[in-house]
Amino acid sequence: MIPTKEEMQKALRDRNGKDLQDKFFSATVAVCGLGGLGSNIAIALARAGIGKLILIDFDQVDITNLHRQQYKASQIGRYKTDALSENLSEIAPYVKIQTHTERMTENNAVALLRDADIICEAFDHPEAKAMLTDIVLDQMREKYLIAASGMAGLGNANNIKTRRITKQFYLCGDEISDVNDGIGLVSSRVMLCAAHQAHMVLRILADNFDT
Amino acid sequence: MVKINGKSLDIAGKTLAEYLETTDYDAKRIAVERNEEIIPKSQYGQTLLTDGDSVEIVSFVGGG
Repeated sequence: MIPTKEEMQKALRDRNGKDLQDKFFSATVAVCGLGGLGSNIAIALARAGIGKLILIDFDQVDITNLHRQQYKASQIGRYKTDALSENLSEIAPYVKIQTHTERMTENNAVALLRDADIICEAFDHPEAKAMLTDIVLDQMREKYLIAASGMAGLGNANNIKTRRITKQFYLCGDEISDVNDGIGLVSSRVMLCAAHQAHMVLRILADNFDT
Repeated sequence: MVKINGKSLDIAGKTLAEYLETTDYDAKRIAVERNEEIIPKSQYGQTLLTDGDSVEIVSFVGGG
């Protein structure tokens, strides 16, 4: 039996306190890229009760994604936006979800991200990461960006960190471990980095971040 | 002196593009922040580094 919206909201308010939880309920967070980082970030944020998630990815679930991304074998071939929405709706049925099944470019980024308060960069390619960083911080100056760089391999879990670059820009990862070196991405270390990003979202919303 | 990623360098008067040419950075894979403001790629050529600037170059690696 799925609880009602009121029951789920009460459970979260009882846990986190009304003031903090209402900040989460009223937030809109965009997740750019729904791979190992993005799918894990979205699930953490949905569980925390973020009001609205904007999910952006052009790709479909592939068998090579299942070792680290939050999809099921039965979802191979589906668009990641659709598959993740389905999974999120089972976990947190009252989170509002907006999906964009398209590739983000310099031309559509501002429109896709217009409603977001906080943006999580969860792309694969360094060029895409750098492009999004420039656009958000130059053209959307009131928003926050939490980007990721360096989470591949079996390196020490404790080297994954969150670093403040500016008040609006945070960078998670070890900043070194490239996906093209060694064995590529490993689920546990990608989850660590995703958890850093999701956690930074909650800290920003809690107004508890510049310390 | 200009501080780049914490290191003081004698490069005041150069543009950001001129400085980057002397390094191994791939301009397509970096984001550059100066004094708490991002400098978009289109402005690297016009951005003059001045004495006392504090610059952070974030170099992205792949994976996500």
